[in-house]
Amino acid sequence: MAEVRLDNVTRQFGSVVAVNAINLTIADGEFVALLGPSGCGKTTTLRLIAGLEQADGGHMYIGDRDVTNLPPRDRDIAMVFQDYALYPHMTILDNIGYPLKVRGTPRAELTKRVTEVAERLQIGNLLQRRPGQLSGGQQQRASVARAVVYHAQVFLFDEPLSNLDAKLRVEARAFLKRLQHELDVTAVYVTHDQAEAMALADRIAVMNHGRIMQLGAPLEVYRRPQNLFVASFIGSPPMNLLPCRVDLGARRLVFAGGAALEMTGMMERLPASLRDGEMVTLGIRPEHITIRETAGASTLPVKVYVTEPLGGESLVITQMGDLLISIRLFQDEPPSLPDAVWLELNMTHTFLYGAEGELMR
Amino acid sequence: MEQKPAIFSARVGALFLLPALAFVALFLLFPFVWVIVLSFTNQTLTGATAANPEFVGLANYERLFDFDRWMRAGEFGSSLLITVQFVLGSALIGQAGLGLLIAWLFYRRRGWLRTVVTTLVVLAWIIPEVVVAFAWFAFLDRDAGTFNNILDAFGLGRPDWLFNYPLLSIMVFNTWRGTAFSMLLFQSALETIPPSYIETAEVAGASGWQKFRHILLPLLIGHIITDLILITLWTFNVFTPYLLTGGGPRNQTQLVSIYTYETAFQFFRFGQGAAIAVVIMFINLTLAMIYLAILRRQRAAT
Amino acid sequence: MNRMSPLARAGLFLLAILLGLFFVLPMLWLITAPLNPRTTLSVTLPSQPSLDNFRAVFDNGFAIRALLVNNLIIGGGAMVLVAVVATLASYSLSRTRVPGSKLLVYVLILFSSVVSGTAAMVPIFLLAYNLGLINEHIGVILVMTGGLLPSAIFIMRDFVDSIPRSYEEAALVCGASPRRTFWDVAMPLVRPGVLVVAIWAFVNAWGAFLVPLVLLRSPEKMPASIAFYSFYTEAGTPNLPLVSAYAFLYTIPVLLLYLIINWRFGFRFFGGIKR
Repeated sequence: MAEVRLDNVTRQFGSVVAVNAINLTIADGEFVALLGPSGCGKTTTLRLIAGLEQADGGHMYIGDRDVTNLPPRDRDIAMVFQDYALYPHMTILDNIGYPLKVRGTPRAELTKRVTEVAERLQIGNLLQRRPGQLSGGQQQRASVARAVVYHAQVFLFDEPLSNLDAKLRVEARAFLKRLQHELDVTAVYVTHDQAEAMALADRIAVMNHGRIMQLGAPLEVYRRPQNLFVASFIGSPPMNLLPCRVDLGARRLVFAGGAALEMTGMMERLPASLRDGEMVTLGIRPEHITIRETAGASTLPVKVYVTEPLGGESLVITQMGDLLISIRLFQDEPPSLPDAVWLELNMTHTFLYGAEGELMR
Repeated sequence: MEQKPAIFSARVGALFLLPALAFVALFLLFPFVWVIVLSFTNQTLTGATAANPEFVGLANYERLFDFDRWMRAGEFGSSLLITVQFVLGSALIGQAGLGLLIAWLFYRRRGWLRTVVTTLVVLAWIIPEVVVAFAWFAFLDRDAGTFNNILDAFGLGRPDWLFNYPLLSIMVFNTWRGTAFSMLLFQSALETIPPSYIETAEVAGASGWQKFRHILLPLLIGHIITDLILITLWTFNVFTPYLLTGGGPRNQTQLVSIYTYETAFQFFRFGQGAAIAVVIMFINLTLAMIYLAILRRQRAAT
Repeated sequence: MNRMSPLARAGLFLLAILLGLFFVLPMLWLITAPLNPRTTLSVTLPSQPSLDNFRAVFDNGFAIRALLVNNLIIGGGAMVLVAVVATLASYSLSRTRVPGSKLLVYVLILFSSVVSGTAAMVPIFLLAYNLGLINEHIGVILVMTGGLLPSAIFIMRDFVDSIPRSYEEAALVCGASPRRTFWDVAMPLVRPGVLVVAIWAFVNAWGAFLVPLVLLRSPEKMPASIAFYSFYTEAGTPNLPLVSAYAFLYTIPVLLLYLIINWRFGFRFFGGIKR
């Protein structure tokens, strides 16, 4: 087991900087998810750690070894691919045993170790089959087994669940988390699915444009997004982000169309640098808004746009000017509402983001 | 998102490319350069000019483009004209037209008729050329050929096709021989068109012709251009008709490929043959450059 | 499937039948003539089918030698060379980044269409002459390989490109050396493509006429195409028993190989396959 450290690692494709001077330290035994939209550089970061891409700058360490210029096979890593990469011309036994075979393990021991791992992953009865004869979930397990069988120090996962259907994905997710705990290995996991990242990881690195936008424990990232990108990316439905102007004299936030909110409840947390008349963005999660049928001292007048029953909870989408504001209600049936309602925001759960998208307080 | 990563080092890659590189250099690049050099000499195979060919300047080209005689039967101009007619008739109209027709006829249809017709068209394409040439020789025979037997049954007489209509004969022959390429190209192009495009038009009430004209044709036009250039290039260089007519009678089917062959390999005038080859290769080069330019534009557009 | 008047349907059906006839009629002689003991140029079902025509072929040493020795040497030689060279080259083009390989591809596309046909045979004949390759099978094999290679490389490159890189990457990550990765993983995966290219090269060399016509001299080295051509031109009038049975024997391998490809892989369309 080992720590993984990226020190100013950069990767360019022509003029496109895919990974931009990333610093990241993954502790021994830790599970870190790289999360972001497609093209954010998360897969390239993983491939850099694997040695499948060459860094254009910076250094990488696994344990205390500088692996920056080592080929993949000398890095002591295991990797699970999105398409599983099981060899169609080999049986499952030979597929899982391939890492042992290239290490010169005698056939008898290879079979023994593969059988052990396969039993543990509940695919022990499939060893004589070919990959094409397995279901997606079974193939996924076989590809995990191939990674597990040779006791590598670091596990790399490249969207390993994205080819599974929704039901299997939840199962496989739980299974992977158990496995990682049991094996107690360092793991780096690339995904574009935030639920997957939240469920699996000890820490999440949210990436965009080749940079890490925020690194932290799942709930920390959810509760305190450090910038507008993370605020808009994490959460489903995402955080409501409402552009407004600061009126320090009246202690109010003024929205397009003239509606305004009192800043009571957030005043003590305002940064000293906040200037009167500054344009900011107010962020609030859908579960921290209450719907009122009458105007209050500090409420936003909105029109009800649609309501969506989601099963255990329901969603009310309202409209204020061009903005859609969603409200999450923890009741299975959406309330019947008049066309015009007022929204009361729980100001202790709001965030202010500045012109550069940075969290201001 | 990213470039394709390398699996192996560039050194291994270069090593793997080496044999192909040697073949390309020896059999494509070197002949191209050498034929240009040869075309300025009076190289022959035997005699004094075999070992020590002399530099003759533009004499070979002057001979080719001697405009007083070049349109006479058996001369270069006449041969070029025959070739142009041949390409127009058998490739652009015959192969491309028939290929498109068949592809459209069986578009979104399955069944035995499609299988049978497609297989026959492909068979005509893959049977060795000497065999199909003789099959056509028998087919077009004046007295016993199947074609005249059919015509005769309808009271249409027994023309001597290869003697009286030689150019028409090799055009039809070449259409028959080469339609498969265009057909397969158009078939695979049609398969990439999402069915929803056609279904939308059907829901909107388009007729069969309108569906072809307004939906399929605009989507196929890139493939059609590609096809036309490629088959022009191949038909321009095709030698197979020689097996049917030998370039005759009286040089009426003397395509430039046959003209080159006769000059270089029957009269062994390599300098002269080289000059013809150079002219042909530059025509090929022009067509290939147009093809590559269009290919690049299509790739940039997608 | 879609609304169409019965008249239009009948019209399209008739059109398809006519097209089918256009393509099948010229081939009929090839099927009926070999078994007909009194072969003529017309298509007649043999009343008393016999194998006499085939006996004429097997009694003809020149014909048999051309078909069973010379054609196999030329076809097999070109097949092996094209398959090996094209596989290596296309794998390199797909999986490595060699500086200048883009230029090579461009040159390949351009000059494979430019240096072709009889025009190319002028310098290539003199090249073969100066290398002492005239009237040698190896000369025909090398020239055929040079001509087939560009298309073969494109077919193979498309094939290799269609194989996910993650196969090789998985091997590299789990400890295999590049050499092992190539033999254990890459080669088994590209084998179907190699097979297709090999068969394609064989069929092309099998049917070739112009190259052996120009490069070979002595009758005992001629392939079947030249032998066949001489049977219908040399005597002034075609030797029909010989021609009919020989056409059959000469064509059958091509059809069988086509069937194998069709059955094993489905007849996929490969761009620029014809030459």
